[in-house]
Amino acid sequence: MEHIVIPAFLSLFVLVNVINLAALHTWLERKQSAVMQDRIGANRAKIFGLSLFGLFHPIADTIKMFLKEDFIPPSGNRLLHTLAPCLSMFFGLVAFAAIPFGNTIEIGGHVINLQVANLNVALLYIFAIMSMGVYGVVLAGFSSNNNYSLIGGLRASSQMISYEIALGLTVMGLVLIYGTIDLQKMVHAQGNYWFGWLPAWGVFLQPLGLFLFLAAGLAETKRTPYDVPEGESEIVGYFVEYSGMKFGMFFFADYLETILIASLTTTLFFGGWQVPWLQADGFHFPWGGGMLLSSFTVSLLQVASFSVKVLFFCWLFMTVRWTLPRFRYDQLINFGWKILFPLSILNLFVTAIVVLVFKL
Amino acid sequence: MIKTKIIHQPKQTLFERFYISGIIQGVWITTGHFVRNLTLHMLHRIGLFRNIPAAVTAQYPEEQKPLALRTRTRHRLTKREDGSPRCVACMMCETVCPARCIYIVAEEHPDPNIEKRPAKFDIDLGKCVYCGFCVEACPEDAIRMDTKIIDTAAYSRREMMLDINELLNPKQPIKA
Repeated sequence: MEHIVIPAFLSLFVLVNVINLAALHTWLERKQSAVMQDRIGANRAKIFGLSLFGLFHPIADTIKMFLKEDFIPPSGNRLLHTLAPCLSMFFGLVAFAAIPFGNTIEIGGHVINLQVANLNVALLYIFAIMSMGVYGVVLAGFSSNNNYSLIGGLRASSQMISYEIALGLTVMGLVLIYGTIDLQKMVHAQGNYWFGWLPAWGVFLQPLGLFLFLAAGLAETKRTPYDVPEGESEIVGYFVEYSGMKFGMFFFADYLETILIASLTTTLFFGGWQVPWLQADGFHFPWGGGMLLSSFTVSLLQVASFSVKVLFFCWLFMTVRWTLPRFRYDQLINFGWKILFPLSILNLFVTAIVVLVFKL
Repeated sequence: MIKTKIIHQPKQTLFERFYISGIIQGVWITTGHFVRNLTLHMLHRIGLFRNIPAAVTAQYPEEQKPLALRTRTRHRLTKREDGSPRCVACMMCETVCPARCIYIVAEEHPDPNIEKRPAKFDIDLGKCVYCGFCVEACPEDAIRMDTKIIDTAAYSRREMMLDINELLNPKQPIKA
């Protein structure tokens, strides 16, 4: 009983949080871009005269999406057309199963590992799922029987292939250093300290890796600097023929991928749920002193630390999305193959030499 | 011989061609705006620094940007001291109107000193081009375009017709 209820509860917890955060991203997108551009942003949806910073707009959007006509092009493939947004969203959601959002928490004598699926190949699993995500996009482009959506789908697949190589090679550097592809073990390894005070986070080990990971990871989300598959200004994109909530699901999948990349960046480069100088029994500051905390508080602090880091990266990605202009298609492919790919190989090479020289 | 000036694009250094400094500058600017505006928004919530705007937005139906004094806005008919329209139905405005949106029906004025008065005075805002010729043409200063009402939205074309009562008693504009 216990090994069914606890994972079920954990997965429900992650699902609810991730979906709510993705829905909040629609609000964040509008409000943050507005504040960045000296505007006010959506604030008209009101319930009993209460606008609450426009927080009702995601609800209003959802209601609108569900009430709109769900149009399937008569010449398109009905089954694949319906399947495509579901695939996009499914792969966006299941990847979160392998993200450790906390260490362990003790409730009623049970020690619960705060990771939905405690996989020892978590990193491989996430990368596999992320690659599968492109199937939804390609199917959408293919099944709509529309030239523009087909171009969008093809662009998405070429972009994914180009950037996933750089992404994978970048992460290999971390795999060499930590010697594992278990994300939970990676996070544990980042709980050590150098010189007694500097947290051994991936960002300090692989600064170039972080830059490459962010650059390639943002390409994975198909959002503005890399929005060639959508290309609102040229080919509306793979979802030209989608309306209503199916279009909304593609939109949602984009946000899910943004959150996924934020979570991955946190886990790989920023110590995951680690709080600096927080041990299992409380804070131990490098300048002496400390604070003893119960193990339950420590667990909660670690989950909070993970959430704060993920939210920060969501904010950062949104800032980047609303600051940078978009790439042209050839620039995008050139950037992926001629800059990111050689740099990630260089990064891997140097890391391998350093690991070889200093650890063996 | 045509003199041409050839502008040489400054050659980008390797550092610039990586775009990293450009990206950081751009993100720095937008983040600066974000932090400044967000701080101001929060301070406004607790009633501080209300005089420094956090956004350039004018929340239009509730507030309107101040109009220039000479802006031509919705028409109104001026009144005599007894409240009757100053218009003498001379048809000057109707004649000069390039959009032909003014419709006047004249009738005899009971006062023998005044020749005529309008029985009907309609302006079709759906046709009006806000040129202000009617104001220029009027010999009696009977029509003005200074109500500061700039919206003409209506659910039908019929509702865009203003009759003499509406022109004599314009609604209050939105306060700036």
